[in-house]
Amino acid sequence: MSEKVLMKGNEAIAEAAIRAGCRHYFGYPITPQTEVAAYMAKRMPKIGGCFLQAESEIAAINMVYGVASAGKRVMTSSSSPGISLKSEGLSYLAGSDLPAFVVNVQRGGPGLGGIQPSQSDYFQSTKGGGHGDYRMIVLAPASVQEMASLTIKGFDLADKYRMTAMILADGTMGQMMEPVELGDVEVKDYDKSWAVTGTKCARPHNIVNSLFLEPEELEKNNFARYERYKAVEENEVLFESYLMDDAEICVVAFGISARVSKNAINEARKQGIKVGMIRPITLWPFPKAPLLAAAGHCHTFLSVEMNMGQMIEDIELAIRCKRPVRLVNRVGGMIPSPEQVLLAIQDADKGGKAS
Amino acid sequence: MEHKRITVFCGHYGSGKTNIAVNYALQLRKTHDKVAIIDLDIVNPYFRTKDSEDELRQAGVELICSDYAGSNLDIPALPAAMMRPLAERDTQCVMDIGGDDRGAVALGRFADQIKAENDCQMLFVLNFFRPLTGTPEEALCVMREIEAACGLRFTGIVNNSNLGPATTPRDVLATAERTARLCELSSLPLVMTTVWEALAGDPALRNEPVFPLRLQRKPV
Repeated sequence: MSEKVLMKGNEAIAEAAIRAGCRHYFGYPITPQTEVAAYMAKRMPKIGGCFLQAESEIAAINMVYGVASAGKRVMTSSSSPGISLKSEGLSYLAGSDLPAFVVNVQRGGPGLGGIQPSQSDYFQSTKGGGHGDYRMIVLAPASVQEMASLTIKGFDLADKYRMTAMILADGTMGQMMEPVELGDVEVKDYDKSWAVTGTKCARPHNIVNSLFLEPEELEKNNFARYERYKAVEENEVLFESYLMDDAEICVVAFGISARVSKNAINEARKQGIKVGMIRPITLWPFPKAPLLAAAGHCHTFLSVEMNMGQMIEDIELAIRCKRPVRLVNRVGGMIPSPEQVLLAIQDADKGGKAS
Repeated sequence: MEHKRITVFCGHYGSGKTNIAVNYALQLRKTHDKVAIIDLDIVNPYFRTKDSEDELRQAGVELICSDYAGSNLDIPALPAAMMRPLAERDTQCVMDIGGDDRGAVALGRFADQIKAENDCQMLFVLNFFRPLTGTPEEALCVMREIEAACGLRFTGIVNNSNLGPATTPRDVLATAERTARLCELSSLPLVMTTVWEALAGDPALRNEPVFPLRLQRKPV
């Protein structure tokens, strides 16, 4: 049965994770994601799960590595500076082909920055952050309901492809309250015959490790890993297409920026401007194909982001620079207003045909 | 509604305490010359009484809160000025406490003073649509945790059950039975049912002790 509750985005992530079968949470508090940990601290002991506030972010991510090695669903959550600390661990998780679920409720940066919302960890989450050749599945919710549904999706994708799935939200998504419907979640059975669970003298040892003594072997592992990444790119792209059929201007935005943009698009449509939006739900894999298709009928693209222009590079690559892509942004914890986006749409409409 | 010089709003995290405290202080100002709202939230740096600073100032309600509320500095702090209105017997005090037992710890600092005044009501703000307080039993558990943390006992219950702007009178009424059960379990009266002002006149709610709320939104 599904009931309606009024939840903060952070709480929705925590409750959804529990329903997805996660019984191990390790973290260290940081604003604006602390409610994830607070919720887990209240709930985990009641359902026989483990909530542990580690001594640091580095400890927490390595505890995640441990539980993931044992084949159990596990998560950690943090905000931007804390994810930087966890990045070494993220690389080790990738190098060991372990499934893990990680949440980043971003705040303004760089450095200590501030506690207001931001989207400036786009590069960090989609291009690396940690060292070495690796990818993470990056999910960008735009509502409290999606904070829950993409959490469940994230656990499944992590298990399916043996990699880290990350929720990349912003402080607004974490703090805002909306009604959510949470149903029972069917936890699928994934093959975890690789897990370190004790041989009981009945099978050869499983080894979870990211160190390879022979370079040939390390190369082989990297190649195999990228075959799986290719499958993710082919099968797991998620995006929302909004009023794109006849669009001549294409807004690209995710998370809270997409919600602001939708208001601006609705207003522009009233003024007769043919504008639509492609909202990437997976930031990696990035929705390249629909963007390239949009370049066939859109004269201008607008990248609405709360950073100095990080996703804009992926848009330009996706559309192979066939059309101009303009940046509409606020940074430092500020959120673009619908009026700012509307002005950019009107401007693109006036000048766009010439450019 | 019975009036006391000091009114304290406590409750589960995100139950609507700040919104109610601001509305209650504005209402009190209509009948009293000196009204102060005291922000004791040490849990959440967002959604603070500070967001309503302009409206409170215009209405002549004194706002006492941390200098850091609403800033980029996430430091739990209480200004010394909080002591003054509590001691001034001609001032009506509305106290907005942070969520759960963690938030109520800050109230403990004032417990002896408030008890000595012997003119205080401490109200439990409850939204049955919030997670972790969905049943009367869970809500009672949170009440007891808060009382243990601050050293004061609740004197009444505020039913603020809502689903945000999508709330209907039907949603509010759906929680009446659970509210009655909590009153029974705690031996405390229902002091008010707080609803968004647009719903306040709805005939479906005519038997509820309705207190209309104007939503306090953070300016973006």
